[in-house]
Amino acid sequence: MAIRLLQNDINLIEGKRKIAKKLESQLPRAYKKMNVLKIATAGSVDDGKSTLIGRLLYDTKSLTDDKLAAIEEKSKQRGFDYLDFSLATDGLVAEREQGITIDVAHIYFSTRKKSFIIADTPGHIEYTRNMVTGASTAQASIVLVDARKGVVEQTYRHFFINNLLRIKDVVIAINKMDLVDFSEDKYNSIKGEIEYLASKSDFKNQQLTFIPMSALQGDNVASKSENMSWYAGETLLHHLEKLDTEATEEVTQVRFPVQTVIRPKTDEYHDFRGYAGKIYGGDLEIGDEIVVLPSQTKSTIKSIHFFDEEYEIAKNGSSVTITLADNVNISRGDMLVKVAEEPTITKQLDATICWMDKEPLQVSQKYHIKHGVNDAQAKITQLSSILKTDFSGKIENPSELALNQIGVIQLKLSKYLLVDSFNQNKSNGAFILINPKTNNTVGVGFIQ
Amino acid sequence: MNQRTIQVAALESEAIYIFREVVAQFEKPVLLFSGGKDSITLVRLAQKAFFPAKIPFPLMHIDTGHNFPETVAFRDKLVKELGVDLIVRNVQDNIDSGRVKEESGRYASRNMLQTETLLDAIEEFGFDACIGGARRDEEKARAKERIFSVRDDFGQWDERNQRPEVFDMLNGRIDLGQNVRVFPISNWTELDVWSYIQKEKIEIPSIYFAHKRKTFIRDGMIWSAADAVVYRDKEEAVVERMVRFRTVGDMSCTAAVLSDAVDIKKVVEEIRDSSISERGARIDDKRSEAAMEKRKQQGYF
Repeated sequence: MAIRLLQNDINLIEGKRKIAKKLESQLPRAYKKMNVLKIATAGSVDDGKSTLIGRLLYDTKSLTDDKLAAIEEKSKQRGFDYLDFSLATDGLVAEREQGITIDVAHIYFSTRKKSFIIADTPGHIEYTRNMVTGASTAQASIVLVDARKGVVEQTYRHFFINNLLRIKDVVIAINKMDLVDFSEDKYNSIKGEIEYLASKSDFKNQQLTFIPMSALQGDNVASKSENMSWYAGETLLHHLEKLDTEATEEVTQVRFPVQTVIRPKTDEYHDFRGYAGKIYGGDLEIGDEIVVLPSQTKSTIKSIHFFDEEYEIAKNGSSVTITLADNVNISRGDMLVKVAEEPTITKQLDATICWMDKEPLQVSQKYHIKHGVNDAQAKITQLSSILKTDFSGKIENPSELALNQIGVIQLKLSKYLLVDSFNQNKSNGAFILINPKTNNTVGVGFIQ
Repeated sequence: MNQRTIQVAALESEAIYIFREVVAQFEKPVLLFSGGKDSITLVRLAQKAFFPAKIPFPLMHIDTGHNFPETVAFRDKLVKELGVDLIVRNVQDNIDSGRVKEESGRYASRNMLQTETLLDAIEEFGFDACIGGARRDEEKARAKERIFSVRDDFGQWDERNQRPEVFDMLNGRIDLGQNVRVFPISNWTELDVWSYIQKEKIEIPSIYFAHKRKTFIRDGMIWSAADAVVYRDKEEAVVERMVRFRTVGDMSCTAAVLSDAVDIKKVVEEIRDSSISERGARIDDKRSEAAMEKRKQQGYF
């Protein structure tokens, strides 16, 4: 008896120690976890995307009891004999009525290793603009393919957009394997078709990962499928956990677009003149020789501020405030870059553009252009082609570019912009066009 | 040489970037301050975005008159420390003038009535950007919200016709009479907010921590019996319990949770292990499946 009590005590103490240790290791990570992995999902109507996301939430225990209870109740009400996980993500009333996803929804889940944000983007044709939106901030992408239907037009489109947006890690989730008897042949034929597609793409750094799964039943989502022993690869969750969030941050030439100039005009900071912005592409350090664009003035970094602290080095992706050694006239839209790493200064752009508005793009129309934090007027001087998203070529000299089409255009600008090609520098190689009459964002461009 | 290096976490960097865009793109921004942890976090991020300059816009509190007294006291202290302007507009004024009708009965809440007062205040001051602490992980309809969300004169949210937001370019162009709701911590989760409060050692109102409170139980939730504004049937027994609040809305629509988390460290642990969602304790969301979406279309924040 006494011995058993003692053992109980030991267990209890051990348990407490374990908890203490667990907390210790998690505390600093909590803030580190704020470096999340953003994933875009894409799929056609009914290929089970919402179900997959619901499954991910369920298997990572990210669905809280009250949300799970709501799903159980709704599923029962509709007469399903399984849990309809799509109810976890389809947020808007219209979606629940039609049973489809019509806008970008952001879904959050985490495992012990990592935090994730999924941009759930709709798959049907009329909402391609949302897919581009969701994918633009994503570091990885999941393309769903219905194993029964194989590669369909939407698969091509999603694949094309992943290439256009230069998304490095793409998972091809071959779903509904339960409905094709978990057939390895079926999986291989779809895989072959997509690999053939990839061979025609000009984006060679793309990492494709093929995973056969059943989102409904959970095969190869978080746990390995017992029905597909022929598949030797990882589960989806395991694969996503392994992707390195820091490595997905683009490393290239440093760009520091000035968002706003900070002049406190207080006694303590009387002469303070700080340039506030976010660093893209690399690190900045005190003493770095920089060029201010477009004025081409040279100076050096004098100090780096983040809130009430000063630092010697600021890392890629940090929003900081910088002061320079010389008194230079700088305002919003100017850019600090390192000497000999200057971008192109131009009043004319060649770009690929994805059109997002009902009113089509036409030559000689004028738009408002936003490039990073810079604004200008733009006139379409040429629409040279429409790219076919199935990689089958292009239509030359079209008269207009309609909603959800991707075309190649030339623009004349009202002022000089400081640009890179999208392939070299994502953050400084993209722009949006805004219709001056409606103020709506009507297109997103990728500079060639 | 040991060099001091700063790597701002992605979510914090993003929020600061958004604040700076607001100030650059709008003429009259305002930060909607409820006294809750999310708006307190926003205040810290705003400080960081503009330091050493002061926060370059006022805070505005739409006071339902049903706020926890702790929250109001906290608000006044914070504003004094920051040296920023605070605008307070009262729902009570609209009730007194008969512009809105107060709900009655068991589930009476002034939560819905806030919308009218908010829209009036936006018009009164001509605010073109209202910064709020909503997060996409809170609720299904909020998961679809943009970072810059355009509202018309009636404050309406047209969820079918939202502007695409690509990369981090934020389109803040609006017509006269329109305004933009801005959500800098859109991508944060509840745990992110709490971890940040812990890391930054940000002070928050005492009701977020476990304390003894007179409470009663209805519909499986714990309600504060300490204040007259919460309707209670006579047969609903009052018992003193150790509780804390996970969200700080109105006293009339915010339920407490049993907790012994008396400090921030324990709160972070509790949130991490929790199996009830944050808004699970908000009766205003439970009215119907589409409660939040409907309120947002009508201009709710």
